[in-house]
Amino acid sequence: MKRADLTLIHGWVPEGAHILDLACGNGTLLAALARDKHVSGYGLEIDPDGITACLQKGVNVIEQNLDEGLANFEDDACDLVIMTQALQALRRPDLMLDEMLRVAGECIITFPNFAYWRHRAYLGFKGFMPVSKSLPHAWYDTPNIHLSTFNDFEQLCRDKGLIIVDRAVGIGDHEGHWTSRWWPNLFGEIAIFRVSRHRD
Amino acid sequence: MIPDGLPSDSIGLVTPQTAHFDDPLALACGKTLPAYDLVFETYGILNAERSNAVLICHALSGHHHAAGFHSLEERKPGWWDAHIGPGKSIDTDRFFVVSLNNLGGCHGSTGPISLNPDTSRQWGPEFPMVTVGDWVHSQARLAERLGIERFAAVIGGSLGGMQVLQWALAYPERIANAVVIAATPKLSAQNIAFNEVARQAIRSDPDFHAGWYYEHDTLPRRGLKLARMVGHITYLSADAMGTKFGRDLRSDDFSFGYDVEFQVESYLRYQGDTFSNSFDANTYLLMTKALDYFDPAAAHGGDLARALAPAYCPFLVVSFSTDWRFPPSRSKELVNALIQANKAVSFVNIDSPHGHDAFLMPQPRYQAVFAGFMSRVAHDLNLGGPS
Repeated sequence: MKRADLTLIHGWVPEGAHILDLACGNGTLLAALARDKHVSGYGLEIDPDGITACLQKGVNVIEQNLDEGLANFEDDACDLVIMTQALQALRRPDLMLDEMLRVAGECIITFPNFAYWRHRAYLGFKGFMPVSKSLPHAWYDTPNIHLSTFNDFEQLCRDKGLIIVDRAVGIGDHEGHWTSRWWPNLFGEIAIFRVSRHRD
Repeated sequence: MIPDGLPSDSIGLVTPQTAHFDDPLALACGKTLPAYDLVFETYGILNAERSNAVLICHALSGHHHAAGFHSLEERKPGWWDAHIGPGKSIDTDRFFVVSLNNLGGCHGSTGPISLNPDTSRQWGPEFPMVTVGDWVHSQARLAERLGIERFAAVIGGSLGGMQVLQWALAYPERIANAVVIAATPKLSAQNIAFNEVARQAIRSDPDFHAGWYYEHDTLPRRGLKLARMVGHITYLSADAMGTKFGRDLRSDDFSFGYDVEFQVESYLRYQGDTFSNSFDANTYLLMTKALDYFDPAAAHGGDLARALAPAYCPFLVVSFSTDWRFPPSRSKELVNALIQANKAVSFVNIDSPHGHDAFLMPQPRYQAVFAGFMSRVAHDLNLGGPS
Protein backbone atom coordinates (compact mmCIF):
# COMPACT_ATOMS: atom_id res chain seq x y z
CA MET A 1 0.00 0.00 0.00
CA LYS A 2 1.95 2.99 -1.20
CA ARG A 3 -0.69 5.62 -1.88
CA ALA A 4 -0.43 8.27 0.82
CA ASP A 5 -4.14 8.31 1.63
CA LEU A 6 -4.27 4.53 2.07
CA THR A 7 -1.29 4.55 4.46
CA LEU A 8 -2.89 7.22 6.57
CA ILE A 9 -6.29 5.49 6.62
CA HIS A 10 -4.63 2.26 7.66
CA GLY A 11 -3.43 4.02 10.80
CA TRP A 12 -6.85 5.50 11.58
CA VAL A 13 -8.93 2.31 11.39
CA PRO A 14 -9.59 0.73 14.78
CA GLU A 15 -8.84 -2.97 15.38
CA GLY A 16 -11.72 -5.32 14.53
CA ALA A 17 -13.95 -2.62 13.05
CA HIS A 18 -16.88 -3.49 10.80
CA ILE A 19 -16.33 -1.31 7.76
CA LEU A 20 -17.73 -0.44 4.40
CA ASP A 21 -15.33 0.58 1.63
CA LEU A 22 -17.14 2.51 -1.09
CA ALA A 23 -15.52 2.17 -4.53
CA CYS A 24 -13.12 -0.37 -3.08
CA GLY A 25 -11.29 -0.91 -6.40
CA ASN A 26 -9.27 -4.13 -6.40
CA GLY A 27 -9.73 -4.58 -2.65
CA THR A 28 -6.16 -3.67 -1.64
CA LEU A 29 -7.21 -1.56 1.34
CA LEU A 30 -9.77 -4.05 2.70
CA ALA A 31 -7.39 -6.98 2.28
CA ALA A 32 -4.64 -5.11 4.14
CA LEU A 33 -7.04 -4.03 6.90
CA ALA A 34 -8.39 -7.58 7.25
CA ARG A 35 -4.83 -8.88 7.57
CA ASP A 36 -3.43 -6.20 9.89
CA LYS A 37 -6.49 -4.95 11.79
CA HIS A 38 -8.87 -7.94 11.56
CA VAL A 39 -11.64 -5.79 10.17
CA SER A 40 -14.78 -7.31 8.66
CA GLY A 41 -17.16 -5.76 6.18
CA TYR A 42 -17.80 -5.19 2.51
CA GLY A 43 -16.41 -3.35 -0.45
CA LEU A 44 -18.72 -1.79 -3.02
CA GLU A 45 -17.50 -1.57 -6.61
CA ILE A 46 -18.79 -1.50 -10.17
CA ASP A 47 -15.59 -2.05 -12.12
CA PRO A 48 -15.57 -5.69 -13.35
CA ASP A 49 -11.79 -6.11 -13.08
CA GLY A 50 -11.79 -4.62 -9.59
CA ILE A 51 -14.57 -6.99 -8.52
CA THR A 52 -12.74 -10.05 -9.86
CA ALA A 53 -9.54 -8.95 -8.09
CA CYS A 54 -11.51 -8.62 -4.83
CA LEU A 55 -12.91 -12.14 -5.21
CA GLN A 56 -9.41 -13.49 -5.79
CA LYS A 57 -8.23 -11.75 -2.61
CA GLY A 58 -11.12 -13.08 -0.55
CA VAL A 59 -12.53 -9.56 -0.05
CA ASN A 60 -16.33 -9.44 0.22
CA VAL A 61 -17.38 -7.29 -2.71
CA ILE A 62 -20.87 -6.17 -3.69
CA GLU A 63 -21.50 -4.94 -7.22
CA GLN A 64 -23.37 -1.73 -6.50
CA ASN A 65 -23.53 1.72 -8.05
CA LEU A 66 -22.93 4.32 -5.35
CA ASP A 67 -25.19 6.83 -7.11
CA GLU A 68 -28.09 4.53 -6.18
CA GLY A 69 -27.38 5.12 -2.49
CA LEU A 70 -26.79 2.72 0.39
CA ALA A 71 -30.41 1.82 1.12
CA ASN A 72 -29.47 -1.84 1.55
CA PHE A 73 -27.39 -0.94 4.62
CA GLU A 74 -29.22 -0.21 7.84
CA ASP A 75 -28.62 2.79 10.10
CA ASP A 76 -25.40 2.26 12.06
CA ALA A 77 -24.76 -1.02 10.26
CA CYS A 78 -21.00 -0.36 10.38
CA ASP A 79 -18.41 1.28 12.60
CA LEU A 80 -16.78 3.15 9.75
CA VAL A 81 -17.38 3.95 6.09
CA ILE A 82 -14.38 4.65 3.88
CA MET A 83 -14.42 6.21 0.43
CA THR A 84 -11.15 6.88 -1.31
CA GLN A 85 -10.95 8.90 -4.52
CA ALA A 86 -14.60 8.48 -5.48
CA LEU A 87 -16.44 11.47 -4.01
CA GLN A 88 -15.65 13.60 -7.05
CA ALA A 89 -17.18 11.02 -9.41
CA LEU A 90 -20.58 10.87 -7.69
CA ARG A 91 -23.72 12.59 -8.92
CA ARG A 92 -24.47 14.06 -5.48
CA PRO A 93 -21.45 13.99 -3.13
CA ASP A 94 -23.39 15.87 -0.45
CA LEU A 95 -26.14 13.23 -0.31
CA MET A 96 -23.56 10.46 -0.23
CA LEU A 97 -21.95 12.12 2.78
CA ASP A 98 -25.36 11.97 4.53
CA GLU A 99 -25.72 8.32 3.57
CA MET A 100 -22.25 7.43 4.83
CA LEU A 101 -22.94 9.05 8.19
CA ARG A 102 -26.29 7.29 8.43
CA VAL A 103 -24.66 3.87 7.96
CA ALA A 104 -21.78 4.60 10.38
CA GLY A 105 -20.99 7.23 12.98
CA GLU A 106 -17.71 8.04 11.30
CA CYS A 107 -16.37 8.15 7.79
CA ILE A 108 -13.07 8.68 6.04
CA ILE A 109 -13.08 10.41 2.68
CA THR A 110 -10.24 11.17 0.32
CA PHE A 111 -10.41 13.09 -2.94
CA PRO A 112 -8.11 15.05 -5.27
CA ASN A 113 -7.67 18.63 -4.10
CA PHE A 114 -8.44 20.83 -7.08
CA ALA A 115 -6.76 23.80 -5.38
CA TYR A 116 -3.36 22.01 -5.26
CA TRP A 117 -0.73 24.48 -6.50
CA ARG A 118 0.17 22.41 -9.55
CA HIS A 119 -3.50 22.31 -10.59
CA ARG A 120 -3.73 26.07 -10.10
CA ALA A 121 -0.58 26.61 -12.12
CA TYR A 122 -1.81 24.32 -14.89
CA LEU A 123 -5.01 26.30 -15.21
CA GLY A 124 -3.49 29.69 -14.39
CA PHE A 125 -0.46 29.60 -16.64
CA LYS A 126 -1.29 27.07 -19.32
CA GLY A 127 -4.99 27.88 -19.47
CA PHE A 128 -5.98 24.22 -19.74
CA MET A 129 -8.00 22.02 -17.39
CA PRO A 130 -5.43 20.49 -15.03
CA VAL A 131 -4.10 17.03 -15.82
CA SER A 132 -1.94 15.42 -13.13
CA LYS A 133 -1.22 12.18 -11.35
CA SER A 134 -4.31 12.62 -9.19
CA LEU A 135 -6.40 13.98 -12.09
CA PRO A 136 -5.21 11.90 -15.03
CA HIS A 137 -8.21 12.33 -17.36
CA ALA A 138 -8.96 14.79 -20.14
CA TRP A 139 -11.89 17.15 -19.48
CA TYR A 140 -14.17 15.33 -21.91
CA ASP A 141 -13.82 11.77 -20.62
CA THR A 142 -13.20 12.35 -16.93
CA PRO A 143 -15.41 10.49 -14.45
CA ASN A 144 -14.69 13.36 -12.04
CA ILE A 145 -17.84 15.44 -12.37
CA HIS A 146 -17.69 17.18 -8.98
CA LEU A 147 -14.17 18.42 -8.41
CA SER A 148 -13.66 20.36 -5.21
CA THR A 149 -10.98 21.77 -2.98
CA PHE A 150 -9.82 21.06 0.54
CA ASN A 151 -11.59 24.25 1.63
CA ASP A 152 -14.79 23.39 -0.23
CA PHE A 153 -15.16 20.12 1.61
CA GLU A 154 -14.45 21.69 4.96
CA GLN A 155 -17.16 24.23 4.19
CA LEU A 156 -19.63 21.45 3.31
CA CYS A 157 -18.91 19.68 6.61
CA ARG A 158 -19.45 22.95 8.49
CA ASP A 159 -22.74 23.59 6.65
CA LYS A 160 -23.95 20.11 7.58
CA GLY A 161 -22.87 20.53 11.21
CA LEU A 162 -20.45 17.61 10.96
CA ILE A 163 -17.38 17.17 13.10
CA ILE A 164 -14.01 17.00 11.40
CA VAL A 165 -12.14 14.56 13.64
CA ASP A 166 -8.97 14.69 11.59
CA ARG A 167 -7.75 16.08 8.30
CA ALA A 168 -4.60 15.68 6.32
CA VAL A 169 -3.24 15.93 2.84
CA GLY A 170 -0.99 13.72 0.81
CA ILE A 171 1.35 14.49 -2.03
CA GLY A 172 1.88 11.66 -4.45
CA ASP A 173 3.03 8.61 -2.55
CA HIS A 174 3.91 10.57 0.58
CA GLU A 175 2.11 12.03 3.51
CA GLY A 176 2.08 15.80 3.55
CA HIS A 177 5.26 17.87 3.59
CA TRP A 178 5.45 20.58 6.29
CA THR A 179 4.22 23.16 3.81
CA SER A 180 1.02 21.22 3.30
CA ARG A 181 0.35 21.19 7.03
CA TRP A 182 0.35 24.98 7.02
CA TRP A 183 -1.36 25.53 3.71
CA PRO A 184 -3.20 22.29 2.93
CA ASN A 185 -5.47 23.88 0.35
CA LEU A 186 -2.43 24.99 -1.64
CA PHE A 187 0.13 22.25 -1.03
CA GLY A 188 -2.02 19.16 -0.61
CA GLU A 189 -2.60 17.02 -3.69
CA ILE A 190 -4.98 14.57 -2.01
CA ALA A 191 -7.37 15.74 0.69
CA ILE A 192 -8.06 13.27 3.51
CA PHE A 193 -10.89 13.87 5.96
CA ARG A 194 -12.10 11.92 8.94
CA VAL A 195 -15.60 13.12 9.71
CA SER A 196 -18.12 12.15 12.36
CA ARG A 197 -21.72 13.03 12.91
CA HIS A 198 -21.37 13.39 16.67
CA ARG A 199 -18.71 14.23 19.23
CA ASP A 200 -17.22 11.17 20.96
CA MET B 1 -6.24 -39.26 -20.51
CA ILE B 2 -8.67 -37.62 -22.88
CA PRO B 3 -9.67 -40.07 -25.62
CA ASP B 4 -9.34 -38.89 -29.21
CA GLY B 5 -12.30 -36.92 -30.49
CA LEU B 6 -13.18 -35.29 -27.16
CA PRO B 7 -12.27 -31.65 -26.39
CA SER B 8 -8.94 -31.37 -24.56
CA ASP B 9 -10.44 -29.22 -21.77
CA SER B 10 -13.04 -31.87 -21.03
CA ILE B 11 -12.93 -34.18 -18.04
CA GLY B 12 -13.31 -36.92 -20.66
CA LEU B 13 -15.37 -40.08 -20.29
CA VAL B 14 -17.36 -40.38 -17.09
CA THR B 15 -19.46 -43.20 -15.63
CA PRO B 16 -22.43 -42.72 -13.33
CA GLN B 17 -22.53 -44.61 -10.03
CA THR B 18 -25.44 -45.52 -7.81
CA ALA B 19 -25.55 -45.34 -4.03
CA HIS B 20 -28.27 -47.33 -2.31
CA PHE B 21 -29.62 -46.17 1.05
CA ASP B 22 -31.55 -48.37 3.43
CA ASP B 23 -32.05 -45.83 6.23
CA PRO B 24 -35.57 -44.46 5.84
CA LEU B 25 -35.71 -40.76 4.89
CA ALA B 26 -38.39 -38.76 6.70
CA LEU B 27 -39.77 -36.15 4.32
CA ALA B 28 -41.22 -32.70 4.96
CA CYS B 29 -44.63 -33.86 3.67
CA GLY B 30 -44.91 -36.29 6.59
CA LYS B 31 -44.25 -39.43 4.58
CA THR B 32 -41.12 -41.57 4.72
CA LEU B 33 -39.09 -43.09 1.91
CA PRO B 34 -38.12 -46.51 3.27
CA ALA B 35 -35.13 -46.93 0.94
CA TYR B 36 -33.80 -45.12 -2.10
CA ASP B 37 -31.07 -44.88 -4.71
CA LEU B 38 -29.11 -41.80 -5.65
CA VAL B 39 -27.29 -41.81 -8.98
CA PHE B 40 -24.25 -39.56 -9.17
CA GLU B 41 -21.04 -38.80 -11.03
CA THR B 42 -17.71 -37.60 -9.71
CA TYR B 43 -14.96 -35.69 -11.49
CA GLY B 44 -11.40 -35.21 -10.23
CA ILE B 45 -9.74 -36.91 -7.27
CA LEU B 46 -10.71 -36.69 -3.59
CA ASN B 47 -7.56 -35.70 -1.70
CA ALA B 48 -6.28 -37.54 1.36
CA GLU B 49 -7.71 -34.90 3.72
CA ARG B 50 -11.06 -35.15 1.91
CA SER B 51 -11.12 -31.37 1.90
CA ASN B 52 -11.46 -30.66 -1.83
CA ALA B 53 -14.99 -31.90 -2.51
CA VAL B 54 -17.48 -29.69 -4.31
CA LEU B 55 -21.18 -30.52 -4.60
CA ILE B 56 -23.15 -29.51 -7.69
CA CYS B 57 -26.91 -29.08 -7.24
CA HIS B 58 -29.02 -29.28 -10.38
CA ALA B 59 -31.92 -27.18 -11.60
CA LEU B 60 -35.50 -28.09 -12.53
CA SER B 61 -34.82 -30.43 -15.45
CA GLY B 62 -31.21 -31.20 -14.62
CA HIS B 63 -29.53 -34.42 -13.55
CA HIS B 64 -26.24 -35.92 -12.40
CA HIS B 65 -24.49 -35.70 -15.77
CA ALA B 66 -22.93 -32.26 -15.32
CA ALA B 67 -19.61 -32.69 -17.16
CA GLY B 68 -17.72 -34.91 -19.53
CA PHE B 69 -19.13 -37.54 -21.88
CA HIS B 70 -20.77 -40.89 -21.25
CA SER B 71 -19.44 -42.27 -24.51
CA LEU B 72 -17.44 -41.22 -27.53
CA GLU B 73 -20.70 -41.16 -29.47
CA GLU B 74 -22.38 -38.69 -27.09
CA ARG B 75 -22.97 -35.51 -29.05
CA LYS B 76 -23.16 -33.08 -26.15
CA PRO B 77 -21.23 -33.10 -22.87
CA GLY B 78 -22.85 -32.78 -19.41
CA TRP B 79 -25.06 -29.74 -18.80
CA TRP B 80 -22.41 -27.66 -16.96
CA ASP B 81 -19.35 -28.77 -18.92
CA ALA B 82 -18.63 -25.09 -19.67
CA HIS B 83 -17.72 -24.60 -16.01
CA ILE B 84 -16.51 -28.00 -14.77
CA GLY B 85 -13.29 -29.55 -16.04
CA PRO B 86 -9.52 -29.24 -16.00
CA GLY B 87 -8.59 -25.53 -15.82
CA LYS B 88 -12.24 -24.44 -15.81
CA SER B 89 -14.01 -22.40 -13.11
CA ILE B 90 -14.63 -25.55 -11.07
CA ASP B 91 -11.17 -26.91 -11.75
CA THR B 92 -11.13 -30.71 -11.62
CA ASP B 93 -7.33 -30.60 -11.25
CA ARG B 94 -7.96 -29.13 -7.79
CA PHE B 95 -11.46 -30.14 -6.80
CA PHE B 96 -13.30 -33.43 -6.44
CA VAL B 97 -16.72 -32.72 -7.92
CA VAL B 98 -19.85 -34.63 -6.91
CA SER B 99 -22.99 -34.22 -9.01
CA LEU B 100 -26.16 -36.18 -8.33
CA ASN B 101 -29.67 -36.66 -9.61
CA ASN B 102 -32.11 -35.53 -6.93
CA LEU B 103 -34.76 -37.73 -5.37
CA GLY B 104 -37.92 -37.71 -7.43
CA GLY B 105 -35.83 -37.36 -10.58
CA CYS B 106 -36.13 -39.48 -13.68
CA HIS B 107 -32.47 -40.14 -14.51
CA GLY B 108 -31.69 -43.02 -12.16
CA SER B 109 -32.34 -41.76 -8.63
CA THR B 110 -35.47 -43.06 -6.95
CA GLY B 111 -38.49 -41.25 -8.32
CA PRO B 112 -41.96 -41.72 -9.79
CA ILE B 113 -40.71 -44.11 -12.48
CA SER B 114 -39.05 -46.38 -9.86
CA LEU B 115 -40.80 -49.40 -8.42
CA ASN B 116 -42.65 -48.89 -5.15
CA PRO B 117 -41.57 -51.89 -3.03
CA ASP B 118 -44.91 -51.87 -1.20
CA THR B 119 -47.05 -52.25 -4.31
CA SER B 120 -44.60 -53.70 -6.83
CA ARG B 121 -45.81 -51.18 -9.36
CA GLN B 122 -44.20 -47.89 -10.31
CA TRP B 123 -44.62 -45.08 -7.78
CA GLY B 124 -46.23 -42.82 -10.35
CA PRO B 125 -48.33 -40.08 -8.76
CA GLU B 126 -47.98 -41.78 -5.36
CA PHE B 127 -44.32 -40.83 -5.11
CA PRO B 128 -44.19 -38.59 -2.04
CA MET B 129 -43.72 -34.87 -2.56
CA VAL B 130 -40.08 -33.95 -1.94
CA THR B 131 -38.83 -30.52 -0.94
CA VAL B 132 -35.51 -28.69 -1.27
CA GLY B 133 -34.93 -29.55 2.39
CA ASP B 134 -35.45 -33.27 1.69
CA TRP B 135 -33.03 -33.12 -1.23
CA VAL B 136 -30.35 -31.50 0.87
CA HIS B 137 -30.92 -34.09 3.60
CA SER B 138 -30.37 -36.89 1.05
CA GLN B 139 -27.33 -35.10 -0.39
CA ALA B 140 -25.82 -34.91 3.10
CA ARG B 141 -26.23 -38.68 3.39
CA LEU B 142 -24.50 -39.16 0.06
CA ALA B 143 -21.64 -36.99 1.37
CA GLU B 144 -21.34 -39.24 4.42
CA ARG B 145 -21.26 -42.25 2.17
CA LEU B 146 -18.38 -40.70 0.22
CA GLY B 147 -16.54 -39.78 3.41
CA ILE B 148 -16.91 -36.04 2.87
CA GLU B 149 -17.30 -34.25 6.20
CA ARG B 150 -17.37 -30.77 4.75
CA PHE B 151 -17.72 -29.56 1.17
CA ALA B 152 -15.19 -26.96 0.03
CA ALA B 153 -18.15 -25.46 -1.81
CA VAL B 154 -21.74 -26.28 -2.64
CA ILE B 155 -22.69 -24.76 -5.97
CA GLY B 156 -25.89 -24.49 -7.96
CA GLY B 157 -27.88 -22.39 -10.40
CA SER B 158 -31.62 -21.65 -10.34
CA LEU B 159 -33.35 -24.36 -8.27
CA GLY B 160 -29.80 -25.62 -7.61
CA GLY B 161 -29.01 -22.27 -5.97
CA MET B 162 -31.91 -22.78 -3.58
CA GLN B 163 -30.39 -26.11 -2.53
CA VAL B 164 -27.10 -24.30 -1.86
CA LEU B 165 -28.91 -21.82 0.36
CA GLN B 166 -30.62 -24.70 2.18
CA TRP B 167 -27.21 -26.36 2.72
CA ALA B 168 -25.85 -23.21 4.36
CA LEU B 169 -28.83 -23.13 6.73
CA ALA B 170 -29.31 -26.84 7.46
CA TYR B 171 -25.65 -27.95 7.61
CA PRO B 172 -23.63 -24.79 8.27
CA GLU B 173 -20.67 -26.80 9.63
CA ARG B 174 -20.52 -28.98 6.52
CA ILE B 175 -20.24 -26.29 3.83
CA ALA B 176 -17.15 -24.07 3.56
CA ASN B 177 -18.44 -21.86 0.71
CA ALA B 178 -21.78 -21.29 -0.99
CA VAL B 179 -22.18 -20.30 -4.64
CA VAL B 180 -25.76 -19.30 -5.46
CA ILE B 181 -26.29 -18.51 -9.14
CA ALA B 182 -29.39 -17.08 -10.86
CA ALA B 183 -31.56 -18.07 -7.92
CA THR B 184 -34.03 -16.52 -5.52
CA PRO B 185 -34.79 -16.91 -1.82
CA LYS B 186 -38.41 -17.70 -2.77
CA LEU B 187 -40.62 -17.81 -5.83
CA SER B 188 -42.78 -14.81 -6.69
CA ALA B 189 -46.49 -15.13 -7.45
CA GLN B 190 -45.58 -14.81 -11.13
CA ASN B 191 -43.06 -17.69 -10.86
CA ILE B 192 -45.67 -19.89 -9.20
CA ALA B 193 -48.21 -18.87 -11.84
CA PHE B 194 -45.93 -20.07 -14.65
CA ASN B 195 -45.36 -23.34 -12.78
CA GLU B 196 -49.11 -23.79 -12.38
CA VAL B 197 -49.70 -23.32 -16.12
CA ALA B 198 -47.06 -26.01 -16.73
CA ARG B 199 -48.71 -28.36 -14.24
CA GLN B 200 -52.17 -27.80 -15.65
CA ALA B 201 -50.88 -28.48 -19.15
CA ILE B 202 -49.61 -31.87 -17.97
CA ARG B 203 -52.52 -32.79 -15.74
CA SER B 204 -55.17 -31.90 -18.31
CA ASP B 205 -53.58 -34.06 -21.04
CA PRO B 206 -55.98 -37.03 -21.61
CA ASP B 207 -52.90 -39.27 -21.73
CA PHE B 208 -51.94 -38.27 -18.17
CA HIS B 209 -54.40 -40.77 -16.62
CA ALA B 210 -54.08 -39.13 -13.18
CA GLY B 211 -50.37 -39.87 -13.28
CA TRP B 212 -50.70 -43.60 -14.12
CA TYR B 213 -49.76 -43.17 -17.78
CA TYR B 214 -47.05 -45.85 -17.48
CA GLU B 215 -49.77 -48.44 -16.94
CA HIS B 216 -51.61 -47.24 -20.02
CA ASP B 217 -48.49 -47.56 -22.16
CA THR B 218 -48.56 -43.92 -23.03
CA LEU B 219 -47.02 -40.59 -22.04
CA PRO B 220 -48.70 -37.20 -21.57
CA ARG B 221 -46.53 -35.85 -24.38
CA ARG B 222 -48.74 -32.95 -25.38
CA GLY B 223 -49.01 -31.69 -21.81
CA LEU B 224 -45.32 -32.03 -21.04
CA LYS B 225 -44.47 -30.39 -24.36
CA LEU B 226 -46.67 -27.40 -23.55
CA ALA B 227 -45.18 -27.20 -20.05
CA ARG B 228 -41.69 -27.14 -21.50
CA MET B 229 -42.63 -24.55 -24.13
CA VAL B 230 -43.96 -22.18 -21.47
CA GLY B 231 -40.95 -22.85 -19.28
CA HIS B 232 -38.57 -22.26 -22.15
CA ILE B 233 -40.02 -18.82 -22.83
CA THR B 234 -39.17 -17.84 -19.25
CA TYR B 235 -35.60 -19.10 -19.61
CA LEU B 236 -34.80 -16.79 -22.52
CA SER B 237 -34.83 -13.01 -22.61
CA ALA B 238 -37.05 -11.13 -25.04
CA ASP B 239 -33.90 -9.76 -26.68
CA ALA B 240 -32.26 -13.18 -27.01
CA MET B 241 -35.41 -14.52 -28.64
CA GLY B 242 -35.59 -11.48 -30.92
CA THR B 243 -31.97 -11.85 -31.97
CA LYS B 244 -32.21 -15.58 -32.48
CA PHE B 245 -35.55 -15.71 -34.34
CA GLY B 246 -36.96 -12.24 -34.89
CA ARG B 247 -40.07 -12.62 -37.03
CA ASP B 248 -38.31 -14.98 -39.42
CA LEU B 249 -40.57 -17.37 -41.30
CA ARG B 250 -39.78 -20.93 -42.29
CA SER B 251 -41.06 -20.30 -45.83
CA ASP B 252 -41.28 -17.13 -47.90
CA ASP B 253 -44.83 -16.18 -47.16
CA PHE B 254 -47.67 -16.56 -44.68
CA SER B 255 -49.65 -19.75 -45.14
CA PHE B 256 -52.69 -18.37 -43.31
CA GLY B 257 -52.99 -21.54 -41.22
CA TYR B 258 -51.90 -22.97 -37.87
CA ASP B 259 -48.93 -25.03 -38.94
CA VAL B 260 -45.46 -23.91 -37.95
CA GLU B 261 -44.72 -20.61 -39.71
CA PHE B 262 -42.44 -18.53 -37.52
CA GLN B 263 -39.01 -19.86 -36.65
CA VAL B 264 -39.68 -19.26 -32.96
CA GLU B 265 -42.69 -21.61 -33.17
CA SER B 266 -40.54 -24.25 -34.77
CA TYR B 267 -37.90 -23.88 -32.08
CA LEU B 268 -40.35 -24.09 -29.18
CA ARG B 269 -42.13 -27.11 -30.67
CA TYR B 270 -38.80 -28.85 -31.19
CA GLN B 271 -37.70 -28.13 -27.60
CA GLY B 272 -41.06 -29.32 -26.31
CA ASP B 273 -41.05 -32.50 -28.39
CA THR B 274 -37.52 -33.47 -27.40
CA PHE B 275 -38.24 -32.87 -23.75
CA SER B 276 -41.59 -34.67 -23.69
CA ASN B 277 -39.95 -37.84 -24.93
CA SER B 278 -37.07 -37.79 -22.47
CA PHE B 279 -38.43 -36.41 -19.20
CA ASP B 280 -40.96 -37.86 -16.82
CA ALA B 281 -44.13 -35.81 -16.32
CA ASN B 282 -44.58 -36.81 -12.66
CA THR B 283 -41.00 -35.72 -11.98
CA TYR B 284 -41.69 -32.37 -13.65
CA LEU B 285 -44.75 -31.89 -11.45
CA LEU B 286 -42.76 -32.73 -8.31
CA MET B 287 -39.85 -30.46 -9.15
CA THR B 288 -42.08 -27.46 -9.83
CA LYS B 289 -43.79 -27.99 -6.47
CA ALA B 290 -40.40 -28.17 -4.73
CA LEU B 291 -39.63 -24.78 -6.30
CA ASP B 292 -42.95 -23.31 -5.19
CA TYR B 293 -42.63 -24.50 -1.58
CA PHE B 294 -39.08 -23.21 -0.99
CA ASP B 295 -39.14 -20.21 1.35
CA PRO B 296 -36.66 -20.41 4.24
CA ALA B 297 -37.85 -17.04 5.58
CA ALA B 298 -41.42 -18.28 6.10
CA ALA B 299 -40.57 -19.99 9.40
CA HIS B 300 -39.17 -16.66 10.62
CA GLY B 301 -42.14 -14.43 9.95
CA GLY B 302 -40.85 -13.65 6.47
CA ASP B 303 -37.62 -12.19 7.88
CA LEU B 304 -34.94 -13.61 5.59
CA ALA B 305 -32.06 -12.05 7.54
CA ARG B 306 -33.23 -13.89 10.66
CA ALA B 307 -33.62 -17.11 8.71
CA LEU B 308 -29.99 -16.76 7.57
CA ALA B 309 -28.65 -16.58 11.13
CA PRO B 310 -27.31 -20.18 11.21
CA ALA B 311 -25.22 -19.73 8.04
CA TYR B 312 -21.58 -18.96 8.46
CA CYS B 313 -19.82 -19.76 5.23
CA PRO B 314 -18.92 -17.04 2.71
CA PHE B 315 -21.43 -16.66 -0.13
CA LEU B 316 -20.96 -15.76 -3.76
CA VAL B 317 -24.25 -14.66 -5.31
CA VAL B 318 -24.41 -14.21 -9.09
CA SER B 319 -27.27 -12.86 -11.20
CA PHE B 320 -27.65 -12.07 -14.90
CA SER B 321 -28.87 -8.73 -16.21
CA THR B 322 -31.60 -10.03 -18.56
CA ASP B 323 -32.82 -12.91 -16.38
CA TRP B 324 -36.52 -12.21 -15.83
CA ARG B 325 -37.35 -15.58 -14.30
CA PHE B 326 -35.16 -14.89 -11.26
CA PRO B 327 -34.04 -11.31 -11.99
CA PRO B 328 -31.06 -9.57 -10.34
CA SER B 329 -33.46 -7.94 -7.87
CA ARG B 330 -34.22 -11.39 -6.41
CA SER B 331 -30.52 -12.12 -5.94
CA LYS B 332 -30.11 -8.69 -4.33
CA GLU B 333 -32.88 -9.60 -1.90
CA LEU B 334 -30.76 -12.52 -0.74
CA VAL B 335 -27.57 -10.43 -0.72
CA ASN B 336 -29.15 -7.63 1.31
CA ALA B 337 -30.50 -10.11 3.85
CA LEU B 338 -27.01 -11.65 4.13
CA ILE B 339 -25.55 -8.16 4.66
CA GLN B 340 -28.20 -7.43 7.28
CA ALA B 341 -27.32 -10.71 8.99
CA ASN B 342 -23.62 -9.73 8.91
CA LYS B 343 -22.60 -12.69 6.74
CA ALA B 344 -19.64 -12.78 4.35
CA VAL B 345 -21.09 -12.27 0.88
CA SER B 346 -20.01 -11.11 -2.55
CA PHE B 347 -22.48 -10.21 -5.27
CA VAL B 348 -21.94 -9.91 -9.00
CA ASN B 349 -24.51 -9.06 -11.67
CA ILE B 350 -23.25 -10.32 -15.03
CA ASP B 351 -24.25 -8.41 -18.14
CA SER B 352 -25.62 -11.06 -20.48
CA PRO B 353 -28.29 -11.11 -23.21
CA HIS B 354 -29.22 -14.74 -22.55
CA GLY B 355 -31.80 -14.42 -19.79
CA HIS B 356 -32.05 -17.13 -17.13
CA ASP B 357 -30.23 -19.64 -19.35
CA ALA B 358 -27.07 -17.52 -19.07
CA PHE B 359 -26.10 -19.45 -15.94
CA LEU B 360 -25.48 -22.54 -18.08
CA MET B 361 -23.32 -20.82 -20.69
CA PRO B 362 -19.69 -19.77 -20.88
CA GLN B 363 -19.14 -15.99 -20.84
CA PRO B 364 -15.82 -14.23 -20.15
CA ARG B 365 -16.87 -12.16 -17.14
CA TYR B 366 -18.96 -14.96 -15.62
CA GLN B 367 -15.97 -17.29 -15.95
CA ALA B 368 -13.54 -14.73 -14.50
CA VAL B 369 -15.79 -14.16 -11.48
CA PHE B 370 -16.52 -17.85 -10.94
CA ALA B 371 -12.88 -18.91 -11.40
CA GLY B 372 -11.68 -16.01 -9.25
CA PHE B 373 -13.88 -17.04 -6.35
CA MET B 374 -13.06 -20.73 -6.73
CA SER B 375 -9.32 -20.04 -6.82
CA ARG B 376 -9.75 -18.28 -3.49
CA VAL B 377 -11.65 -21.29 -2.14
CA ALA B 378 -8.77 -23.52 -3.24
CA HIS B 379 -6.22 -21.15 -1.72
CA ASP B 380 -7.99 -20.93 1.65
CA LEU B 381 -8.14 -24.73 1.86
CA ASN B 382 -4.50 -25.10 0.75
CA LEU B 383 -5.48 -26.84 -2.49
CA GLY B 384 -3.14 -24.64 -4.54
CA GLY B 385 -3.91 -21.32 -6.19
CA PRO B 386 -2.86 -17.65 -6.13
CA SER B 387 -1.41 -16.32 -2.89
